[in-house]
Amino acid sequence: MDLIKLISDIEQVDADANERLSFYSRRNLFKMGSRVAAAALPTIVAGSLNEAFAQSSAAVDVVKYALTLEYLENDFYLKGLAASGLIPSSDRTIFSQISKHETAHVALLRGALGTAAPASPTFKYPTGTFTSYQTFVATARILEDTGVAAYKGQAGALINDKAILQTALQIHSVEARHASEIRRLAGLKGWVSDSVSTNSSLTQGGVNLKTLPNTTGISDDNFRAAFDEPLTMAQVLALAGPFIG
Amino acid sequence: MATVDLGSGDVGILNYAYALEQLEAAFYTQVVATPFSGMTTAETQILTDLRDHEVIHREFFKAALSTSAIGALTPNFTGINFNDRSSVLNTAKAFEDLGVAAYNGAGNLIKDVNYLALAGKIVSVEARHAAAIRDLLNPKSADFAGDDIVTPSTGLDPATKPSGVLPTAQKFVKTPISGANLPTA
Repeated sequence: MDLIKLISDIEQVDADANERLSFYSRRNLFKMGSRVAAAALPTIVAGSLNEAFAQSSAAVDVVKYALTLEYLENDFYLKGLAASGLIPSSDRTIFSQISKHETAHVALLRGALGTAAPASPTFKYPTGTFTSYQTFVATARILEDTGVAAYKGQAGALINDKAILQTALQIHSVEARHASEIRRLAGLKGWVSDSVSTNSSLTQGGVNLKTLPNTTGISDDNFRAAFDEPLTMAQVLALAGPFIG
Repeated sequence: MATVDLGSGDVGILNYAYALEQLEAAFYTQVVATPFSGMTTAETQILTDLRDHEVIHREFFKAALSTSAIGALTPNFTGINFNDRSSVLNTAKAFEDLGVAAYNGAGNLIKDVNYLALAGKIVSVEARHAAAIRDLLNPKSADFAGDDIVTPSTGLDPATKPSGVLPTAQKFVKTPISGANLPTA
């Protein structure tokens, strides 16, 4: 799927897109969400966009975006668990638990969207994903860390939708539990402080962490790992795009 | 001992987070200073990382709150046997799960989008800690995100409001803490 082309297509079909985006910006400080979230959902395009808009909330777009990521995670773990000889018996309990949560998240988000819920896209995976355990775990790591960062990146857009914000946070921390476990399975630390990190900031909220008192001897890795960084929708879709077939 | 009032509005919520981070930092500082018998190299590494993260969180909130910050709280760890692995790890599990539920519950009490973003950056680190501690207690089981904490039917972690968190936290803090002026919705 060509995301850029799809965004362009949606803008042509949905002539009011710009107007609605400015509406979101004024109302909910929400930027570019409609276009990009819709771009991830090829099966719905204009029809459901209008349906979503009728509910007058930027939150709908965030939930659709989250659902797309949950569809991907759910599909990934179901395929992994079904692949003969892939997951060693010692680790199967871990993946079954994660898979159970992703299935529950899909059901929860679909329920929240009701008739506006899009169908699952078709997903594709790099060669070896379900034949090499190492590749499978590495892909799981990417999906979980990206999921954490994706939910985190939408918190601000939900600040006026208190119930949805809380539910999103309750999913977000479960994804972080998954991410920690998968990272440790992969031989990494459970927190993001390594070379595969997107975390790089030693300044948070205008505070230079390295100047804080009582932190002598703390490594830069731990200064970075103490705060998980968000990803924007565009950044997440760039990572998830290759999986959407 | 005089009661510490966390305050109101976003400052109150930040002080609430600061109080919880003080508790966690004090706990892991003690854990690392007096390791339980038989602590492995891997366990030392994890617990030292957790100590560092919580100290950073504590000092971050203190700096961010500046003159609005509450004072230092006095912990009460009399019920914890720091020489016993099970006592230490089960307390760590309780603190991390409590922290996750507390941040999840406080998120929609925050008005300022920048503070919300910061809380979001911290809560997932607490959840990563919780999973690792739970895995140390029961390796390669489902416990890292176990059915005892993540509701199986929804896949959701708890979200607990300050009124539900503070009585639990208070058991580990000598200084009386009041959240009476915190936002509730």
